[in-house]
Amino acid sequence: MKVLNIVSAGYRATLEEQDDTVIWLTHVLKKAGAEIDVLLRGSASNYVIEGQAVTPLTVGERVQLHGPDVHGQTRGLAEEGVKIYVLEADLKSRGAYNSPRLQQAQLLSSDELPGLLSQYDQVWHW
Amino acid sequence: MTNQKTLTFVLMDAPFESSRTATAMRLVDIALGRGLNVNVFAYEGAVFLPFAPQKAHPNAVHGRDAEEEDHPLPREWVASLISKAARMGVAFDWVNCGLCVDERGAGEAIEGVRRGSPADLWAMASSSHNTLVIPTD
Repeated sequence: MKVLNIVSAGYRATLEEQDDTVIWLTHVLKKAGAEIDVLLRGSASNYVIEGQAVTPLTVGERVQLHGPDVHGQTRGLAEEGVKIYVLEADLKSRGAYNSPRLQQAQLLSSDELPGLLSQYDQVWHW
Repeated sequence: MTNQKTLTFVLMDAPFESSRTATAMRLVDIALGRGLNVNVFAYEGAVFLPFAPQKAHPNAVHGRDAEEEDHPLPREWVASLISKAARMGVAFDWVNCGLCVDERGAGEAIEGVRRGSPADLWAMASSSHNTLVIPTD
């Protein structure tokens, strides 16, 4: 079974979870042998942009180390063989189209989207 | 995969915070009513849906005590779906993501709910005709 995970709610709870939880889930499933790819859209399209960093979160005297590294997580997926697709229009609308980005990320026009979806047995839209 | 259809639902919202919860419960209810097997994988805040200590409260604004108010409790919806599946003779499997349970302290689930992992989600989805993720914002 081939699954396409579509992530659109970027940076949701990443400070609390130290991860994007859907990207994390994709890592776990891939390591377990799942055939799974990712399409980033909306605010999550920014995950492919390089140069992101999160300083430690401090609340009162509690300093939270190991902030989320969503770009690193996404790069890790690509290195494990997960295809990373990004909607070109979403990058353009956020002014990120010309920013340095993950080399393995495959840009997709809206017209190409139906063709991509048809390649998968199930599409999970998070 | 057997001839009998199976659907998997992935839920993410915590109870009492989104209309998506009621919608999800209604969809599951309809699926069971049509004789489909149903799997539910509760991820993140949704692990609190079958949380056993949920308690109904009175509502002074409505002028009703707890019994009259009959406040809906998601744990009762889940329990009712479990019994409906048994009555319909179809399979119903509710799995709470274990790590999500641990970080939230949501371990006290009602009877019939089991603890699992992403491997359960993959197994559920692989044996289903389709999977519907109902994500949170």
